[in-house]
Amino acid sequence: MSAILDRLQRGDVLLSDGAMGTELQKRGLEPGACPEELNVTKPEIVQGIYQDYFDAGSDIIETNTFGGTRARLALHGFEDRVTEFNKAAAQLAVNLKPENKYVAGSVGPTGEMIEPLGTLSKDVVLEMFAEQIRALVEGGVDILFIETMMAAEEAELAIEAAKSVCDLPISCTMTFEVGKAGPRTMWGISPQQAVEKLTAAGADILGANCGRGSDEMLQIIREMRKFTEKPLLAQPNAGLPEYISGEAVYNESPESILPNARELLALGVNIIGACCGSSPAHIKKLRELLDSL
Amino acid sequence: MSENLFGELSEVIIAGDDTTAAAITQKLLDAEEPAKKILDEGLMPGMNVVGKRFRENIIFVPEVLVSARAMKASMSLLEPILSASNIKETGTIVLGTVKGDIHDIGKNIVGMMMKGAGFKVIDLGINVPPEKFVETARKEQPDIIGLSALLTTTMGGMKTVIEQVRNADLDVKILVGGAPITHEFTEQIGADGFAKNATDAVDRARELIDAQKETS
Repeated sequence: MSAILDRLQRGDVLLSDGAMGTELQKRGLEPGACPEELNVTKPEIVQGIYQDYFDAGSDIIETNTFGGTRARLALHGFEDRVTEFNKAAAQLAVNLKPENKYVAGSVGPTGEMIEPLGTLSKDVVLEMFAEQIRALVEGGVDILFIETMMAAEEAELAIEAAKSVCDLPISCTMTFEVGKAGPRTMWGISPQQAVEKLTAAGADILGANCGRGSDEMLQIIREMRKFTEKPLLAQPNAGLPEYISGEAVYNESPESILPNARELLALGVNIIGACCGSSPAHIKKLRELLDSL
Repeated sequence: MSENLFGELSEVIIAGDDTTAAAITQKLLDAEEPAKKILDEGLMPGMNVVGKRFRENIIFVPEVLVSARAMKASMSLLEPILSASNIKETGTIVLGTVKGDIHDIGKNIVGMMMKGAGFKVIDLGINVPPEKFVETARKEQPDIIGLSALLTTTMGGMKTVIEQVRNADLDVKILVGGAPITHEFTEQIGADGFAKNATDAVDRARELIDAQKETS
């Protein structure tokens, strides 16, 4: 069994990292530019963020490859550099990984819709994920974080692709918003459906990431926990952005996330971290919390 | 008999059956029903139900998209007639995702809902520079410009568009929307309206146009 799953089974709670995108922007990524290109053109920036998260106490950091599928990279004209960008992102992380720490290959949605709603066939999407994951595996990642999924079908294809190219553990998380019907993805998937479908597809770890802050994350995880004994991963956004003097500021500070983080842990979350708007300072606080328990 | 067909057309729009929507539309046209009536009494009631269900979390994005596709199938038969007969649309909206932002699902749904509500939609796509909005508004004289952004880093670009449109002295209202957009932000940047979601966008657009009519 993989070291990560082994530790989770023993009851360890692992700390993942915080945001990549908003950190890259702080360090000079232009709006609209391709974040994954920096793995090759500005590796020191990407590695700086990796290092900051390890220093803050992350057990697992994620590669800068959220938009690393062919479909996403094509928006920047980089459709032929999938392997190069993904492999580089993984290698940069693996090269500075301390002992007993892990690198997760981040796999985000293609942003495209699958037939018959959209124009892409299942086979094409499957191959897009396989292409990206192959490169992440070559780069040496320890686990895959398939994340921010909204359509169950796409999440299932990503899991299937992962299984077809490697034996690494697979985490798959979806993004929910709490509305009148309770938590649902934009595609209408409930936490219960997510648990059932992702489990059937073969994910080892399930959960939720991104979304509208830690209050909603609590509702989502509470719901998921009812339907599964599997390890759960929770990475909430640092609240919602507020626009203050020309800049978007997320409204959950490192200190303010702690009560909800404590509750998430009480619900049996096995991997905790944060998403958009969070920083190494948020992760440091979570490390202190975990160490105090 | 035609009366039933209008109701049926609404139903197939709600169900998202594009083939049947086109077939019924053709039947109605063959029975010499006016295109405007087919739009008003067949398509719009259907899309209104879709909008309401979406707003109430009864249906979600996939269902809205299939309904929008069914509507599009019907509209492709009606549009040539509507434009030839010079029938006044509900209004014209120029839509686009602001510069630096390449996300278009939300904007596309807004576009479809707007068409369903009888608006003429001019979609400028993604990553649209402010100048392009101004230039198009000058040429097309729309009632509304709709700005979309998903990223917290690009939402600020909306302000630039608004400034340039105001400086160009164009008589157009600006509606903004997208995941990070809030009511407060809308006020800060001086937009005329804020839409929480696609159906809300239609309601706000109608309000802005009605208000405009009252003052003019």
